[in-house]
Amino acid sequence: MIAAQSYDEIAGFGNDPWWIIAIKCVAIFVLLVVLTLFNIVFERKVVAKMQHRVGPNRNGPGGWLQSLADGVKLMLKEDIIPKAADKPVYLVAPVIAAIPAFLIFAVIPLGPEVSIFGHETRLQLTDMPVAVLFTLAIASMGVYGLLLAGWSSGSPYPLLGGLRASAQVISYELVMALSFVGVFLFAGTMSTSGIVAEQERLWFGIILLPSFVVYLISMVGETNRAPFDLPEAEGELVAGWGTEYSSIKYAMFFLAEYINMVNVSAIATTLFLGGWRAPWPLSAINDGMFNTGWWPLLWFLAKVMLLIFVYIWLRGTLPRMRYDQFMHLGWKVLLPISLVWIVAVAGMRLAFNEGIERSQILTYGGIAVAVILVASLLIPEKRDDQEAAEQAEREDEPFDAFAGGHPVPPLPGQLPQGSGPVRSEGATVPAGVGTPGTGTHGTPSATSDDSPEENGHA
Amino acid sequence: MSLYAPVIGLIIIAALFAVGSVVVSTVVGPKRYNRARLDSYECGVEPTPQPVGGGRFPIKYYLTAMTFIIFDIEIIFLYPWAVRFDQLGVFGFLAMVTFIVLISVPFVYEWRRGGLDWD
Repeated sequence: MIAAQSYDEIAGFGNDPWWIIAIKCVAIFVLLVVLTLFNIVFERKVVAKMQHRVGPNRNGPGGWLQSLADGVKLMLKEDIIPKAADKPVYLVAPVIAAIPAFLIFAVIPLGPEVSIFGHETRLQLTDMPVAVLFTLAIASMGVYGLLLAGWSSGSPYPLLGGLRASAQVISYELVMALSFVGVFLFAGTMSTSGIVAEQERLWFGIILLPSFVVYLISMVGETNRAPFDLPEAEGELVAGWGTEYSSIKYAMFFLAEYINMVNVSAIATTLFLGGWRAPWPLSAINDGMFNTGWWPLLWFLAKVMLLIFVYIWLRGTLPRMRYDQFMHLGWKVLLPISLVWIVAVAGMRLAFNEGIERSQILTYGGIAVAVILVASLLIPEKRDDQEAAEQAEREDEPFDAFAGGHPVPPLPGQLPQGSGPVRSEGATVPAGVGTPGTGTHGTPSATSDDSPEENGHA
Repeated sequence: MSLYAPVIGLIIIAALFAVGSVVVSTVVGPKRYNRARLDSYECGVEPTPQPVGGGRFPIKYYLTAMTFIIFDIEIIFLYPWAVRFDQLGVFGFLAMVTFIVLISVPFVYEWRRGGLDWD
């Protein structure tokens, strides 16, 4: 628990000379750009390994300068502004997407106090009493860039992509914001350096594992990455909001996406994985030697890169979700779980604070879980009934592929003509006693009375 | 204010970089006029004329945005409560449970009416 502070001061911040601030700003900028260049090649190499390919290996040692070469190439490409585009908005959108991406690192603690040219300062640009709220606000600013890019292109695919991107980001931002509540309950502060300080004994990712898992899912949705990269689903929307963009303007969106991956990974590290603190066995060495000086920068980057690897791993493993499944997951699964978890974790903390016996906590917790289970049984699954009824309806009527004037494939439960009746003619097979082999056709016995004459009229 | 001022430095650097790259690329990039290239991309067919201002899009997006605002406001109330939870005690807990239940009632209503279904 922290002592009451005035609203505009946090110990150790706000008194750097201007040149230290300038150094930190440039350092953060360079760090983010270099991390982006690195992550693009890293991603391509890891995905290539997962798919038994070689990956980029031509530009620079081992191919590690590939993304730099790509960047220079994009810079020298022709700058196309489509005829139908709303020109000012079209030009401003990539800038709006790129600027907020750089700002989140302003409040991310990269390490404890260090000495820069003889001046003692924290390895963090600044901190605020509402730092985590600041990160959320900035993270949702970036979606303006995507939405405006989609809208201003004057073309249907980018418009749909931009709308999807905004709907997706705001849906998953709710879940993301709710997963932070548990952290604030335990930390008692919203300042990032304070949250890292509170994780000295135990990481919040361990105490609040459900919050952490929910955050991990929502951070993938928030950054429009596979398997949640629906705004740029090639099969449906060509390239989504980026369809009409070319040259460095396209690179700006790409840069923003990769920096945002680093941003949300850094937030996850700060809030759930102990920030810059060394992992357990290392932190015990030599009285916490590895938790002082410049060492923490290494642990911080290692944790961020681990989360980036998880991103790439997901992309290499999972197929893209369908849009309705994705919104279903966000609104109907993750959001209720987060709300229930907040009440549960607050109740446990309250019980702990008030000194209530453990057996009592378990009893009341058990009653609460039982009530929720019974309530969930009472809610009927309306949609499934509807679908079943529709399917039964379809099974009753014979399927005519040309009913609508042009050929359509059968829906689930419908049978294309000519697949069923052939067997029913065979007099040697009694009706209802299917041979084991017939199961592969999935033919229900109800349709076996389709006579060949009936097929004739089609 | 001294806590927020350093962010401005970062904004300036990021803006210089983003605007600078866009400007430099328009200067150094080639310019070869081609009427077909300036058309909207529609898989090679003649582009459909688009209405000014983006036209109409499904009402579901508005619904999502409205539900988002309700929950976003709920979250804004949850944050200070969570930060000062230990000082608020039993009263704070019960008040927030009541609040979450009250917010959940319209959420369940919207859910049951199919407002969260995408087709």
